[in-house]
Amino acid sequence: MILSNTETIPGRTIREFYGVVTGSTVRAKHIGKDIMAGLKNIVGGELTGYTELLQEARQEALERMIAQAKSVGANAVVNVRFATSSITQGAAELFAYGTAVKVE
Amino acid sequence: MESWIGLGIQVGIPVGLLLLAYAVGSAVEGRHYRSLRARELRSRSFPVLTLRAPPADWRIEGIELVSGSVVVSLDYFKRFLAGLRLLVGGRIASYETLLDRARREAVLRVKEDAFARGCHAVINLRLETARLNRTLGSEGGTAGVEIVAYGTALKLARRSF
Repeated sequence: MILSNTETIPGRTIREFYGVVTGSTVRAKHIGKDIMAGLKNIVGGELTGYTELLQEARQEALERMIAQAKSVGANAVVNVRFATSSITQGAAELFAYGTAVKVE
Repeated sequence: MESWIGLGIQVGIPVGLLLLAYAVGSAVEGRHYRSLRARELRSRSFPVLTLRAPPADWRIEGIELVSGSVVVSLDYFKRFLAGLRLLVGGRIASYETLLDRARREAVLRVKEDAFARGCHAVINLRLETARLNRTLGSEGGTAGVEIVAYGTALKLARRSF
């Protein structure tokens, strides 16, 4: 699956459009990681546990989007966008969406 | 006598935490800036553009979606200072440097991701910021700020820059 966040795929021609495909996941923070991050909060800097958690979740959202694109017969997704939103205390939604297309 | 000890503990713990946070927080920030400068210098020849289309003379062999993210938070001392700043208004320099560090780190991770996948340039770079909610406690603070940078990495037939 070819992914791009540009409107076209550089060097390829788009033959068919299949519409919007989306993938999302809602993740809660592991309590142990949260306590560690709370301690880290005192001295500041990067909260590595959260960085990894969100990166992992974003990858999962992307994979769900790719699965949906495959199911409609696309071989590429263009104009992919990411969004993160804090849904409730301690949980975040990672969302990926784009336009499924067929390129040659 | 006991009330004095109680007062000592009540004042001593926050003040001790502030001093600890100040010492460690400043060291962490200084080290991060040194690392950012060194890595930026090393990857200076790797182009990252916000243009949506690549320059016309680049011969493109393949593309990849790349991303880099980082979650950062202020130290306790700087949060305290930022809280004081709210009383009089104006620039909160400590948040400015925090976000600056985080964005530069995220862009560097994009470059590293693209480089690891054998790409030569990144176009259409986008930066996004999201606030994470705190799980424990209800002081309305934040558990950190996430910066995500993402873009389309290009494999080029012949490097034209």
